[in-house]
Amino acid sequence: MRSMYKFGLGIWLVLGSAAALAGYAFNFPEPVTPIARETLHMHNLVMVVILIMFFLVLGALIYSFRTHRKGAGYKAAAYSGPGNRKQWLWVLSPFFVLAFIDYVVFGIPAYHAVVMYEDTKTDAELVVKVTGSQWLWQYDFPAEGVSFTSRLSTPRDQIDAGAAKGEHYLLEVDNPLVLPVGKKIRFITTSNDVIHSWWVPAFGVKRDAVPGFLREFWATVEKTGTYRGQCSELCGKEHGFMPVVVNVVSQEEFTKWLASKKAAATPAVPTAAVEPVTQAVVAKAQ
Amino acid sequence: MAHDMAHGLPVGDSHDGHYKGGFLRWLETTNHKDIGIMYLIFGFTMLFVGGAMILVVRLELFQPGLQFVQPELFNQLITLHGLIMVFGFAMPVATGLANYMLPMMIGAPDMALPRLNNWGFWILPPAAIMLTLPFFLGIMGVGPGAVDTGWTLYAPLSIQSGWGMDFAIFAIHMLGVSSILGSINVIVTILNMRAPGMTLMKMPLFAHGFLMTAVLLITIMPVFAGGVTMVLMDRHFGTHFFNAAGGGDPVLWQHIFWFMGHPEVYVLLLPIAGALPHVFSAFARKPIYGYKAQVYSFWAIAGLGLVVWAHHMFTSGMSLGSQIYFMYITMAISFPLAVLFFCWIATIWQGSMSFETPMLFALGFLVLFGWGGLTGLALSDAAADPQYHNAYFLVAHFHYAFYPSAVMGAMAAVYYWLPKWTGHMLNETLGKWHFWVAVVGFNITFIPQFFVGLAGMPRRIPDYPVMFTEWNMISSTGAFILGASHLIFVYNVYKTIKGGEKAGDKAWEGAEGLEWTVPSPAPYHTFETPPVIK
Repeated sequence: MRSMYKFGLGIWLVLGSAAALAGYAFNFPEPVTPIARETLHMHNLVMVVILIMFFLVLGALIYSFRTHRKGAGYKAAAYSGPGNRKQWLWVLSPFFVLAFIDYVVFGIPAYHAVVMYEDTKTDAELVVKVTGSQWLWQYDFPAEGVSFTSRLSTPRDQIDAGAAKGEHYLLEVDNPLVLPVGKKIRFITTSNDVIHSWWVPAFGVKRDAVPGFLREFWATVEKTGTYRGQCSELCGKEHGFMPVVVNVVSQEEFTKWLASKKAAATPAVPTAAVEPVTQAVVAKAQ
Repeated sequence: MAHDMAHGLPVGDSHDGHYKGGFLRWLETTNHKDIGIMYLIFGFTMLFVGGAMILVVRLELFQPGLQFVQPELFNQLITLHGLIMVFGFAMPVATGLANYMLPMMIGAPDMALPRLNNWGFWILPPAAIMLTLPFFLGIMGVGPGAVDTGWTLYAPLSIQSGWGMDFAIFAIHMLGVSSILGSINVIVTILNMRAPGMTLMKMPLFAHGFLMTAVLLITIMPVFAGGVTMVLMDRHFGTHFFNAAGGGDPVLWQHIFWFMGHPEVYVLLLPIAGALPHVFSAFARKPIYGYKAQVYSFWAIAGLGLVVWAHHMFTSGMSLGSQIYFMYITMAISFPLAVLFFCWIATIWQGSMSFETPMLFALGFLVLFGWGGLTGLALSDAAADPQYHNAYFLVAHFHYAFYPSAVMGAMAAVYYWLPKWTGHMLNETLGKWHFWVAVVGFNITFIPQFFVGLAGMPRRIPDYPVMFTEWNMISSTGAFILGASHLIFVYNVYKTIKGGEKAGDKAWEGAEGLEWTVPSPAPYHTFETPPVIK
């Protein structure tokens, strides 16, 4: 038995150090929005608390395994429930600790985080409509009349034929979404066909794109840079191949980019994307 | 009565020669032990089918790029893996345990409705064929393949999917009928056939656990059957339940599905949560701690389990109020679960423990399921949940819930009662190897999935960005170790059936309960004269 424990421990040590050396990711990517910061904070808090709970109980168990053993000659007690006042206190105290952890330590910050997450209606400076489609994303700036599609640009031979993979394999698109830094952006999601889900881990937001309905969320990206994510609701064959790429730039660059998009936008807005519901009705009628 | 006295035996009988030989015996049997064995064999066979499928998936995910399977096949594999493990493996195995053990544990001669029992089982194999046939046909180039929507069958993807989906719908109908019949049988048996003197609150915890499972199944399966029928109508008969263009709503499906899907978690947990206190008590040589508290916790879990479903849908865009409600009510489940954990630990605390194979598996369940439950607290947070949801963190979380309960718990129960079934003690060395290989394999598989999920890897993708490579390689390696551990299990069970040290009536020193008062192996008919409980 003892050698088996040592064997197990050894495996963990080797794995742990190998992982640390190779610089593996152990947590969320660096947060760049208020929601992502809040989420990371909540996540760290929860992880610390549940790790403490887990190891406290595991420690008690291991103590029990070593002490309350037949092999060590321990005589079994005979109780099957709390007997006196002190034992009742022992039995009930975890309840209060748990209630405190659930509804105060986790519950209060979680409440505020959810309220913040859903605060899509106030102070938005820009509206972006995100439409999921099998298998690409379409972005609209309704106020500016700008609309374009964004699809995977990784060459097929990297996926199928084992060609050397680029740094952003499966996380690169032909037309990335460009957003201004530091502005509250209201996103509206919908879909043309099945449910998709728009996710950029660094933004801490994920929202389903439901065909025939509008959903919304918001993000204020505080740092310029390129952020990448993927569709995260199974949407058919190419579900793994519809990435999200967002370039967050300064307001001036954004204005320039928007103007160039507008100039390029001969009215090429695909009608299917603008009126998914009508389109679907027409398709059904046909 | 005269008939019973003629036997001159308090238990056992001389009917053994009555049944037909060969396959007909198994087709026509109404004996709870025969049917229990068939459920167990069926369930563990499906474990290997579902396991083989996910090993192909892990092989594909060993490194980035598409090497072995194309996305179409990949989606079928993950979908069938989920459906098979839940409906083909976990539920039949639990029902098998109930069939074999319940009558013995409550002092009944058989299940209350033996013919229904037979029917309930024999619906399963055709359902499994119905579910998987399109998959094998697809591989041979016939048809579009099996259902490929993920086991959640989200509309409108499931409206769009090929005719493998129709096969899956009919398979779900059949599986639903089977589990409803099984549940009715369990409830009727428990309420009517307990030995004289065995009041409900003297009944073994295993019976309480399964009673709650049966109640849950009867509540949720009809809803699910109705839901998949609506999908069928949308697919072929022009209804628009899940189509916005016709006034429907895709999210309605999610509500229907998770109204079944979340209680299903407890359907899988409660039989095990009922069986394992017996194991803890036996190997700690100490009475079960907090019997009543555990019974009430089962009720609380079943009750709460029915009203928390939409915590699976925090990204679907529910109202703020709904999110707050489902977050707080989900946290409430931690109370009855904490009571169970407290009672289980208090059962072994200050016991006189020994670590035979069933005990190892029960303790493995305790520790690993504990982590599954704790990570569930992280997921209950409606604001942080989107970061976990449909990412590998979620996959790791629910495997920490499912594998320790449905697989390790079932194996603890099988190992615990195996001497009673076969009359032989199992091989402890092999049992310990099985345990340690499984635990090491399981953790190597799923710990990396927590990290890769946090880093941003979505689930259900056949190919992934290069930054996720290392964790996936470790995870795939672990999956094959885990898969191999189950071969030791089969070999060990086979060896125990064939021979081994003779088991006494009471095979384990500390074991308590009616099943340990009858010979090992248990006679074909047990308790024709009911034992009297003081």
